[in-house]
Amino acid sequence: MTPLLSIDDLTVQLSVEGDLRTVLHGVSLEISAGEAVGLVGESGSGKSMTARAVSRILPSGAVTFGSISFDGRDVSALRGGALRQYRGEVAMIFQDPRAHTNPVRTIGDFMTEALRTNRGVPGVEARRRAAALLEEVGITEGDRRLRQHPHELSSGMLQRVMIATALLTEPRLLLADEPTTALDVTTQAEVMAILDDLRRERGLALLFITHDLELAGAVCDRTAVMYAGQIVEVQAAGTLHDRPRHPYTAALVAARPRIDAMATRLAAIPGRPLSAFEAPAGCAFATRCLHVQDRCREARPALRPLGDGVVRCIRAEELVGV
Amino acid sequence: MLRFLLRRLAMLVATLLVSSFVIYGSLYLAPGNPIAALTGGRTPSPEAIAILEARYNLDEPFLVRYGLWLKGAVTGDLGVSIPLRQEVSDLITQRAGVTAALVLYASLIILVVGIGLGLLAGLRAGAVDTTVVVVTTISAAFPAFVAAIVLLLVFAVNLGWFPATGEGDGFVDTIRHMTLPAVALGFTSMALVARVTRSSVREELGREHVQTARSRGIPFRLIVRRHVLRNAAIPITTIAGLTIASLIAVAAVVERAFAMNGLGAYLVTAASNKDFAVVQGIALVLVAAFVIMNTVVDLLYALLDPRVKVGSRAQ
Repeated sequence: MTPLLSIDDLTVQLSVEGDLRTVLHGVSLEISAGEAVGLVGESGSGKSMTARAVSRILPSGAVTFGSISFDGRDVSALRGGALRQYRGEVAMIFQDPRAHTNPVRTIGDFMTEALRTNRGVPGVEARRRAAALLEEVGITEGDRRLRQHPHELSSGMLQRVMIATALLTEPRLLLADEPTTALDVTTQAEVMAILDDLRRERGLALLFITHDLELAGAVCDRTAVMYAGQIVEVQAAGTLHDRPRHPYTAALVAARPRIDAMATRLAAIPGRPLSAFEAPAGCAFATRCLHVQDRCREARPALRPLGDGVVRCIRAEELVGV
Repeated sequence: MLRFLLRRLAMLVATLLVSSFVIYGSLYLAPGNPIAALTGGRTPSPEAIAILEARYNLDEPFLVRYGLWLKGAVTGDLGVSIPLRQEVSDLITQRAGVTAALVLYASLIILVVGIGLGLLAGLRAGAVDTTVVVVTTISAAFPAFVAAIVLLLVFAVNLGWFPATGEGDGFVDTIRHMTLPAVALGFTSMALVARVTRSSVREELGREHVQTARSRGIPFRLIVRRHVLRNAAIPITTIAGLTIASLIAVAAVVERAFAMNGLGAYLVTAASNKDFAVVQGIALVLVAAFVIMNTVVDLLYALLDPRVKVGSRAQ
């Protein structure tokens, strides 16, 4: 079975004050139709950049190597109408719904814009569909909401509008970039449940970006862990938390405070997260790894299969259960 | 919306009232007096002074005179020019058209050229942007009177493309006569509007909601129109409103340079003739135009930015 989305050896460099800086280094990931994949990592690890590369909204001046293909089509080769068509099939939900909606236009304009502009759906019909989807995400009085502006809605409600809007073009893949991070804890669960339900009903594939390992475990089929612009581990979401294979994943799991045990001091990963361009020549995590050996610093480990997943650590087998 | 409108109108009336008092009061404090101007330096007899003072209400206390003047002003009667013995409102209406046409023409140039250049520079980084920045830096440094002299020298005297003085008859001739003055008047403001347009277009282009639109496959020209220009319109309106309102005052300089019979030029003449009633009248009209302009910009805000209305309701 060919995957719906296939990212192969993707390297992205951004130009920062004239210098090219690597932000993604050889990222490979596949998502099948209807599959939910979590992408977990600290800030700056390249999670959002991966989603932006898939959505083709990298900052101007970005240099890309490797390939992204969607349903057999080479994404980087898409132009004009084909690119617009693709963007209807791959919808993105952003972290901060307020910043990602135009404050001076109505919810109705926002929701129906893509349908009216790219699909030629008449305004009345587009609004009817928008109102119906609002109902599905639990927003009543759709017609009135469509006339309101973003500032008249709470963040949680606005994120639900975002989800409804993303579904309006009937996409096959959702890219959700920390969709609940900017929300109150109480609305987080609600929004997450709506997103999960609608995705399952429609059989959509999902790339779910989060820094919350447990949330990814609850929502996704597989979880990929990123560090310094590389994927360091991928395995079934259900087992990742209990059986991390990469020392970084293990450290992330340990850093999460446990609800059932009193901690005198919260565990933290020593050092600070590195960006891809600052990573050392050998293993990128070598500077912070508790199990580092000299041979880890010699060459960058390859992503290799282990059990039902892949891992980028030469000591993975020895460290199981440590 | 209605409450917002009423509030703005109340503010307009209050501003006009205060400024009318300042205008009337400042001339009261100015050196010289109308009787001296009228008699041309000769010393009139005490009886003559008394008659003149009674005729022009000069013997009343300040507040009473202000009240009388204000009462007249509201009904369109701005008093009588003492040296010319003509109605001030007639003197003003004869010349208001020229100033209004000049300011309108200059505003048009400012908006079309300024926003056009700014948009071009904002969207096209590189050579186009640099050129616009250099051109607007130079033109922003040109005060209206310098621009007027340079334009006169080049286009009227040397090239002879445009007439140097007067306001012309009929539409085409008026346009011909008004082009150089309007360009001179709008020169600085045009650069300012271009600059603000450029930076706000840049800012809006970098906004997250523009990213959303891009990720949804909205064509670039529609993104520019619906999300960039539409949102940049708020700061552009602010700066355009302010500079255009200030043109009303700067017009005096340009009208004199091009020997046009407008309100601004006449204000200068009237002031040097100690024609108090005319100076007061013109000042009041100019201030009113300025304040009304600002109110219009405020109302435009409410149309452009839906968040403004909510702010006024919450208060």
